[in-house]
Formats: sequence, structure tokens, C-alpha cells
Amino acid sequence: MPSVMLRKREDGKLLFYVPKKDLEETIESIEFDSPDKWGGEVVLGDGSRYFFEVLDTPPPIPITLQAKRVSGE
Amino acid sequence: MAALTREETEALIQEVLEIYPEKAQKDRAKHLAINDQSLEKANKCITSNRKSLPGVMTIRGCAYAGSKGVVWGPIKDMIHISHGPVGCGQYSRAGRRNYYVGTTGVNTFGTMNFTSDFTEKDIVFGGDKKLAKLIDEIEVLFPLNKGISIQSECPIGLIGDDIEAVSKVKTKEHGKTIVPVRCEGFRGVSQSLGHHIANDAIRDWVLEKRDGDDSFQTTPYDVAVIGDYNIGGDAWASRTLLEEMGLRVVAQWSGDGTIAEIENTPKVKLNLIHCYRSMNYIARHMEEKYSIPWIEYNFFGPTKIAESLRRIASYFDDNIKEGAERVIKRYEAEFTAVIEKYKPRLQGKKVMLYIGGLRPRHVIGAYEDLGMEVVGTGYEFAHNDDYDRTIKEMGNATLLYDDVTGYEFEEFVKKIKPDLIGSGVKEKYIFQKMGVPFRQMHSWDYSGPYHGYDGFAIFARDMDMTLNNPCWKNIRAPWKTQDAGDEAVKAVA
Repeated sequence: MPSVMLRKREDGKLLFYVPKKDLEETIESIEFDSPDKWGGEVVLGDGSRYFFEVLDTPPPIPITLQAKRVSGE
Repeated sequence: MAALTREETEALIQEVLEIYPEKAQKDRAKHLAINDQSLEKANKCITSNRKSLPGVMTIRGCAYAGSKGVVWGPIKDMIHISHGPVGCGQYSRAGRRNYYVGTTGVNTFGTMNFTSDFTEKDIVFGGDKKLAKLIDEIEVLFPLNKGISIQSECPIGLIGDDIEAVSKVKTKEHGKTIVPVRCEGFRGVSQSLGHHIANDAIRDWVLEKRDGDDSFQTTPYDVAVIGDYNIGGDAWASRTLLEEMGLRVVAQWSGDGTIAEIENTPKVKLNLIHCYRSMNYIARHMEEKYSIPWIEYNFFGPTKIAESLRRIASYFDDNIKEGAERVIKRYEAEFTAVIEKYKPRLQGKKVMLYIGGLRPRHVIGAYEDLGMEVVGTGYEFAHNDDYDRTIKEMGNATLLYDDVTGYEFEEFVKKIKPDLIGSGVKEKYIFQKMGVPFRQMHSWDYSGPYHGYDGFAIFARDMDMTLNNPCWKNIRAPWKTQDAGDEAVKAVA
């Protein structure tokens, strides 16, 4: 369960940053992204998948959250 | 020699790798790459931030070097104790030329070396008592210090001293910031982890000191310059430009910086990151905790400076935007004159770089402004995100080398035959003896500043001075020239 730092890039895309791994990737898609539900599975620019706990409201960005790695098919 | 094609570069890498045993060959092959601008991500072509192979000549430093030498060392009004044996501190003392103003030994301590001078006894019985005594002595001898940082050397971690406990006790006793930094040299694969540890120590022990204290008068134009170590006066050359465009520089991290500036940084509106590698951690932290946005900028060479100034200005109102244009215009005549003077002398020359964690990509623009071409670049301790940023700066089919070994670098230079090499002092004399012009690009070969418009003039002069120095023609003994050799053969025949 890596700690993930989320921040917005200038073009509005979310950046997914894992300090320990030097992984900085854009988030290409996120399962739930509406005012009353946020989180779920995210797909990164390099194709890897992670899972965030589903929240009731979108978190304030930037923020550090715990993510779970979703193993590939 | 014309630029190499992709195939030629590939062949060159293969040729250089040949000498290694099979396992080493496989490992090193991952660290050498040919630049491909079409790639988005560097991890597809190059591996970085991995342990160096035993037996090769690596140029990397250690975590202590990253923390004491780079991040903490330049904070001028603090005393940085090299906690452990005497050598680490003494041999790295004042080598980085972080300039500062102040009276050394009275209110600033940048070029001094403080060490707990560990001996066998301290290793056996522990050094915490000695450290406590040392801190008391510092308070008596240098009462104007604003804080103390304890930079651990390897033995501290190995014998398990509790420097945090000593710090806490002494902080209470003296009422000053005392920061234990766990930057033992054996941590990590290079100085890069030392930067990270140092950033974390600042975050945990210093940054939040003035949270909730609003006595500091802020303005909407406050910025902090982060990751500029004022080598040869770099930060000053940058700072003048920012101030001229109407911004107020609240803090310099950490060249010519003070602990008060660091404590005030959470109150700025924008963090400007020059050295991304060594200080992005703290910028990310401040973005999260204090919602301060941060941007990277590059003050090498007029093209990049103008680009950066406009980018910085885009975060502020029209006043600053006009200010940026005004600054660029004001210096235009100056830098055009520099380019006019030096470009004809430097045009078309090829450069190979091998530096630390930022300059391998940042100085490319400055060379290009002078009509020079960077044909190979590499980092000592970069991570993947640095290479991501490098790919776009470098030409296609140019060489990228990560943590290059002494042997590889020499072979590359022999084959590519660059006109100039920019690297560190450990490589300097090899290449000078090979007869290749060389600039030491870590601390500017005792010159500088190189940042900003003022710095660009010095940069151009230095490159010209090195490249077009008449000494390079005389480096071969006269009887060893090609002609003389031929004649000698004829004479014998």
C-alpha cells in the first residue's frame, strides 16, 4: 500500500506520485469522479492500475492518500 | 566529426560494453541509452537510481554528502556538525563554493568545519555524551549561531546513537533549533537519498516553527527560491532578476540562506524550484500542507531565462507580467552582445556533459544559445523523473548515460570526440591530459555565477576561454606529432 501524493498538473491532469518509487505518472482514468463519490480504480499513463478507497466527496488536491496496487490480469 | 546516427551510437554502446563480464554488461546496458524524443517516459529506455556495480569507477557521493554538502551546508547562520570521524567533514569543507555574506565564525559559519571527531572510544562507548558536550561548547564559543544541525556520518547509524534524544534535550536547554539528520553515508545508492533525508529533516524539525504566527508581513508577490545553492553567486544573479520584475524573494534555499528564511517559506505564494532533484520533496510537501504551488525554472542562457521569467509571471497579475517583459527587454542588448561576441568562436562545437542531478539538462539551453551542441549527457544520481525531463531537451540519437563509469566515459569521449567536456573535478584531469578542453561544471571551475543574464556572460566567456585556449595545440610533444613521426620513420629507413 504505497502512499501516493496527488497533485494537479498545469494542464489539469492529475499526477500520481509515489515518493519511494520515484513514480510520477498521469492518471488517465478514475472509476468514480463525481461530487458525491470519488475514488475506486485508477489507470495510470503507463497502464498500471491502483485502487483508492471510495470517498463521499472529492478530496482537496494536493493530498497524500493510500493506494492499493491492483494486480494485472 | 558529424553527429552520430542512431545505428552508430548503438554500435558504440555495444563496443564499450564489450569489455565487461557478462553480468556487468547486462546491468550497465540498462544505464546507457540513445535519446529518442518521441518517448514520453524515460523508464522505457534508461534505468537510473540503482546501486553502482562494485569494481567500476563511479563518481557518486554518499547520503552525508547530499545532506551536509548540498542541502544543509549552505544555510549560513546554522552550525552543521559533522557527527562522526573527522574526515568526512574536513575533506568536504568549503569545497562547494556556496557564497554568503556575513562574518565567518561570528554570525555565519559556512566555510567552517565542526566535527565531533569520533575515535575508537566513542565507537565502543557511544558518542551521545560527546555530542551533548559539543553542543554546549558551540553555544559558548559561537553564541550568535541560530541553530545547529547534526549531520550523521556512517558510524552513528552503525552503533545506534540516539541523536534525536540529545537534540531534544539540548533544544530545550538552549532554546535553539537543533536538528538531528540521519544522513549516514551508507544509506541509499548515491547522494540523492541524502537530499531526501535532509528535506524530510527540514520538514519535521524546522518548517512548521512559525505556523500560526502571522507577525511576518506578507505581500501578494512573495516567492521562495528553492534549490539554488549560490555557487559562485548563482542565487544572487537569479534573485536580482526576480526582484527586478517585481517579486519579493522571501527565502533562498539554501545558498546564502538563513534558518529564519526557511521558517518563513510556508508564507510565500509560489515556490520556484531550480534544482528539482534535491528539493522537489519539500516543494511537494509545502504544496500539500500549505497549498503553495511550485514550478521548475531554468536560469541558464537567455532563451531559457526568458521562458522561465514568463512562466513565473503567469502565476501573478499583469504588473509582474509586464515586469518580466521589462526585465527581458532591459537585458536584451547585453545578452545579444554576448552572443554576437562568442557565437562565432563557439558555433558548431560539440559538448559532452556528465554532472549531478539538474545541470545535465538545464545547461543545454545555454550551450545552444551559443551555437553549441550537446551530444551526450548523463547524471550521477538522477531518478527516472529527471530523465523524463531530459529526453525533450536533448537531440535525437544523442547519447544518455546514467552513473557512467570512468572507463565508459573515457571510451565515449575517444569515439565521439567532443570539443568540450563539462563534468566534475574527478574527471577533469583525465580529460585534460587526453587533450580535451574541460570545464568543471559542479562549481564552475572557480568561476561563476552562471545563472541569470549576468551569469550567461561569464558562462560564455569561460567556455570560449577553455575551448579556444592555445594550450590545446601544444599538448602533444613536438616530436610526437604525426609529421615528425613520419619523418623519423623515413630517416630510419
